[in-house]
Amino acid sequence: MAVVTRVIPCLDVAEGRVVKGVNFQNLRDAGNPVELARRYYEQGADELTFLDVTATVDNRATTYEMVTATAEQVFIPLTVGGGVRSAEDVSRLLASGADKVGVNSAAIARPGLVDEIADRFGNQVLVLSLDIMRDPAQPSGFAVTTHGGRRNAGIDALAWAAEAVERGAGELLVNSIDADGTTEGFDIELLRDVRAIAQVPVIASGGAGRLEHFAPAVRAGADAVLAASVFHSGTFSIGQVKQALAQDGIEVRS
Amino acid sequence: MVVLDYGSGNVHSAAKALVRAGADVTLTADRKAAVEADGLLVPGVGAFDAVMGALSGSGGGDIIDARLAGQRPVLGICVGMQVLFSRGVERGVDAAGLGQWPGTVDQLSAPVLPHMGWNTVSAGEGSRLFFGLEDERFYFVHSNAARSWELDVIPPFPRPVLSWSEHGEPFLAAVENGPLSATQFHPEKSGEAGIRLLSNWLGSLRSN
Repeated sequence: MAVVTRVIPCLDVAEGRVVKGVNFQNLRDAGNPVELARRYYEQGADELTFLDVTATVDNRATTYEMVTATAEQVFIPLTVGGGVRSAEDVSRLLASGADKVGVNSAAIARPGLVDEIADRFGNQVLVLSLDIMRDPAQPSGFAVTTHGGRRNAGIDALAWAAEAVERGAGELLVNSIDADGTTEGFDIELLRDVRAIAQVPVIASGGAGRLEHFAPAVRAGADAVLAASVFHSGTFSIGQVKQALAQDGIEVRS
Repeated sequence: MVVLDYGSGNVHSAAKALVRAGADVTLTADRKAAVEADGLLVPGVGAFDAVMGALSGSGGGDIIDARLAGQRPVLGICVGMQVLFSRGVERGVDAAGLGQWPGTVDQLSAPVLPHMGWNTVSAGEGSRLFFGLEDERFYFVHSNAARSWELDVIPPFPRPVLSWSEHGEPFLAAVENGPLSATQFHPEKSGEAGIRLLSNWLGSLRSN
């Protein structure tokens, strides 16, 4: 009796539309995040993550509507990240139907934001999103970045992760900027190092390209595996990832 | 069916899941509606003392008392289960609960917290909530739980049905005690298994 490895599809959305290529057959509207979310729910996704990549914050209302529409028909946890800057933003997302909220750059700019959110809503709502790149200048060899990985924040990634957990982050979304988009597999060393310092659940992200990539991430200590394009493009399904994990002796929800 | 809307998040998801399970649902904190409904669902997200504060502020404790006095069913979810116990200790804050059941809710001993994700439940004998769902997994997200059951029930009163789960150590995943039931996990976030558990609860109301 133990909690099992979660498989989480991630949808990048802007102004209420999915922005990364979606290649599914039989979708009425491939850009509709609600329809795609329902499809993943039916495929057995254990959670869903929406990442709002809208450059400006003008269009937040669309995001709230999208979250509400999804929560009405998808009965698994929803995480929403991107552009969250205040406890008030969190409050509105939770009221719209989100269960967890991803925080990234705003927490790096002002770490007290993590305390504010955890104190008000509990640490279980707060997913600290980390875009991490290898950087020999940092003691751990890993630096945290902002702006979707384009800007090195000059902060040691593992020190920041430990501080954020101490402040009240309830989960760490560890995205390797180096591995992201390569389809060469997750950054196993990074995951192992984060696991060693974190007492909260860890989600592995970045680099998944083949079914055999997922089990090593779990063995390195990830509690959940997240991917986007491999699911959207139809390279494989949620069910195939679970089957591959199960064949490797890793328990999943069937 | 009423979902008690007292200012603790997640009320909409709980309401939608009940609708999906076949109920007519009203979201309200209105005392009369909440006391008289066929069933009352009490959600709860956040810290124990914050949920207690919001519940007290809206008369939630009295509503639950009034319902139980009339054998009217109540279902508590997550922190809505935890506050049914007499005491909660969370992040160093020691708070009184509603005291429907004796015992303390405090932090699980486990290497990774929160306990977040899909876990199995060992359903108690005769459970109506888990009927047909014994092999399913449910979605948990919490760091604290009731780790023991302290209420002695003397015949002729029926024994409570206790269902346990485990994360680091055993804890109560669900309790069915006459009209008062509760789950530590989130049925409204547990996919189709969760919907079926809510259907089972609704079914038990009709046959009461």
